[in-house]
Amino acid sequence: MTRHIPWLILAIIGAVALWVVAVSRGEAVGALWIVTAALSCFLVAYRYYALFIGRAVMRLDAARPTPAIRRADGLDYVATDRAVLFGHHFAAIAGAGPLVGPVLAAQMGYLPGTLWIIVGVVLAGAVQDFMVLFISMRRDGKSLGELIRMEMGQVAGTIALFGAFMIMVIILAVLALIVVKALAESPWGMFTVAATVPLAMLMGAYTRWIRPGRIGEVSLLGLVGLLAAIIYGQAVAASPVWGPIFTFAPLTLCWILIGYGAVASVLPVWLLLAPRDYLSTFLKIGAIAALAIGIVIMAPPLRMPALTQFVGGNGPVWAGGLFPFLFITIACGAVSGFHALISSGTTPKLIASEAHAPMIGYGAMLMEAFVAIMALVGASILDPGIYFTMNSPAALIGTDAASASAAVTALGFPISPDLITQTAKDVGEHSIISRAGGAPTLAVAMAEIFSHVVGGPAMKAFWYHFAILFEALFILTAVDAGTRAGRFMLQDLIALAVPSFKRTSSQIPGFIATGLCVTAWGFFLYQGVTDPLGGVNTLWPVFGISNQMLAAVALMLSTAVLFRMKQDRYAWVTALPTAWLLICTLSAGWLKLASADPKVGFLAHAARFSEAAARGELLSPAKSMDEMNRIIFNDRVDAALVALFLAVVLAILGFTIRTCLAARRRVAPSMQEIPAAMVPAE
Amino acid sequence: MSALLATLRQAARLMVGMPDYDAYLRHMGEHHPGQPVMDRVAFFRDRQEARYGGRNGGRCC
Repeated sequence: MTRHIPWLILAIIGAVALWVVAVSRGEAVGALWIVTAALSCFLVAYRYYALFIGRAVMRLDAARPTPAIRRADGLDYVATDRAVLFGHHFAAIAGAGPLVGPVLAAQMGYLPGTLWIIVGVVLAGAVQDFMVLFISMRRDGKSLGELIRMEMGQVAGTIALFGAFMIMVIILAVLALIVVKALAESPWGMFTVAATVPLAMLMGAYTRWIRPGRIGEVSLLGLVGLLAAIIYGQAVAASPVWGPIFTFAPLTLCWILIGYGAVASVLPVWLLLAPRDYLSTFLKIGAIAALAIGIVIMAPPLRMPALTQFVGGNGPVWAGGLFPFLFITIACGAVSGFHALISSGTTPKLIASEAHAPMIGYGAMLMEAFVAIMALVGASILDPGIYFTMNSPAALIGTDAASASAAVTALGFPISPDLITQTAKDVGEHSIISRAGGAPTLAVAMAEIFSHVVGGPAMKAFWYHFAILFEALFILTAVDAGTRAGRFMLQDLIALAVPSFKRTSSQIPGFIATGLCVTAWGFFLYQGVTDPLGGVNTLWPVFGISNQMLAAVALMLSTAVLFRMKQDRYAWVTALPTAWLLICTLSAGWLKLASADPKVGFLAHAARFSEAAARGELLSPAKSMDEMNRIIFNDRVDAALVALFLAVVLAILGFTIRTCLAARRRVAPSMQEIPAAMVPAE
Repeated sequence: MSALLATLRQAARLMVGMPDYDAYLRHMGEHHPGQPVMDRVAFFRDRQEARYGGRNGGRCC
């Protein structure tokens, strides 16, 4: 009994902190209350809920050989120290999602986001990662698509593979859009990010020919180069010659990124992708750790209200009310379908013992949620006036300090034009108005926190660009790696109809698939960049819906597996979060399709514009009939995409129910685990 | 202390998809004695291609 006492105390601390966060009104709440609440909840959940799932639901068996033992080859299948594997898994799941989603969610105040991240990760997100890891670990580390095929049939597997490909396309478009939003008209940021390309190539040459395999060494050299790029970037941006060369309009930047994606994804991996991944991975881990330390040292007060008037909808950052749109906006921090691809990727092939699975599967996701909490804290310590100036579309607040100040003040967040200009100057930007996408907002917050700890206000511009660089760097890596992965997914899919497409000996199918993949995400990126409402407004909800739907698919697979294991009485562990995700995503998808409010519903928006076009009338922000038609076309494409996601998830739901019912009729377990002794160790 | 550093080093390398070379040698020695093994450089290139070639899925969002 006594061993539970410390945990009980921790639970009480968490409850008190949560209480303070939830009920304080009027006076500023310290950010550390949120951090404390999250940390204690996570630790208690890990100690009790993860243990319960591991013991009772999965019946983990530490003596059962994992794929890393049975198929050990020293390469793909390697039994790995669990701390080392934790780092690997966390680095693979942590990306831009948990940083951006919570920043966008802050438009409703810090409270809804905090609560959903904490509850969502404990009951849904971490459960999903953990379950998929478990399922894959018992099946030779097979991928999500193969697992669905094994447990629910060929058709279900193909549908899921197709869904995963479409989600990949949307993710790449959204990530690229965030980069465009962060780098457009920003020569300093653009220069530093552009400098990473030759820098990475030099690193690539170094690891290829000069000192092969010296990852640490080359990363340190790269870091020096990065810091030099940030420092010289200021002079470059100020130079009358170089400044304009690195100043790009959003549309130009869009084409540059599309071209970059096409070229980078066919270059040899050692030249650009691998070395830049070293930089971005280590920078990511370092920046996350520094952010945690910075928040603890600075202990900033939260300036965003707990709840804003946008809870009911009508927010300038994204449209729609708290339910269901908050739950799809905070995509990765609380529950992320994409993690199912990671948990069924390299990690299950490296895990040394089933006993490590809770720490890797459940624990790493808790850490990811903690990153999301920090991003939410970052957005909430900013002056709300600055937050809404940066995240509202130009169509609403104009493009100069006076109009933005007037519009944001009218929203109820008073801010002076001087403060807007001064903030831009502090961080070394021309303007901070309408820099949507989350990354610039987070960068301002990180500059605030880091400069408090190191360097004072004079260093703000440096830290801002450091933060932009860190985000842009791993987004570009993801674009590059994602295009490659998307290419193979597409080749597999096309090969179902045209078998010769799968051949890897011929270059042509590869080029065609790469081209199709880039065209697909390029289309949505172009649409987002030219979207008068700023693109993030339109694309982020589509991304959120797709990501949460993939999570629902992974949890449905988990539920089906539990039924087939004859663990029906514990099926609620995955069935409850599945139900919640289905409710959120299906209603969000339905609203996006059918809502009569043109701000929310794609079809309503298209109808409004096509009626106006039929009357020969131009609706703001379109300036020509051409733009009118483009808006209508984009709306319809988005609507079709959402309809497609709905169809995928409903189809999988059908297969899941069928599988569960069939499993219930059987007396014995029917899951397709690969028996522990089937493949002898090599 | 040096054990901690070694773990950190291994963790950092595995974060970018590079497994332990010594573990590979140990595996080959135990299970496939006498068979040719990749040297450090070949091992590095092989693993780099395996991680970034695209077959292992993308990175997370």
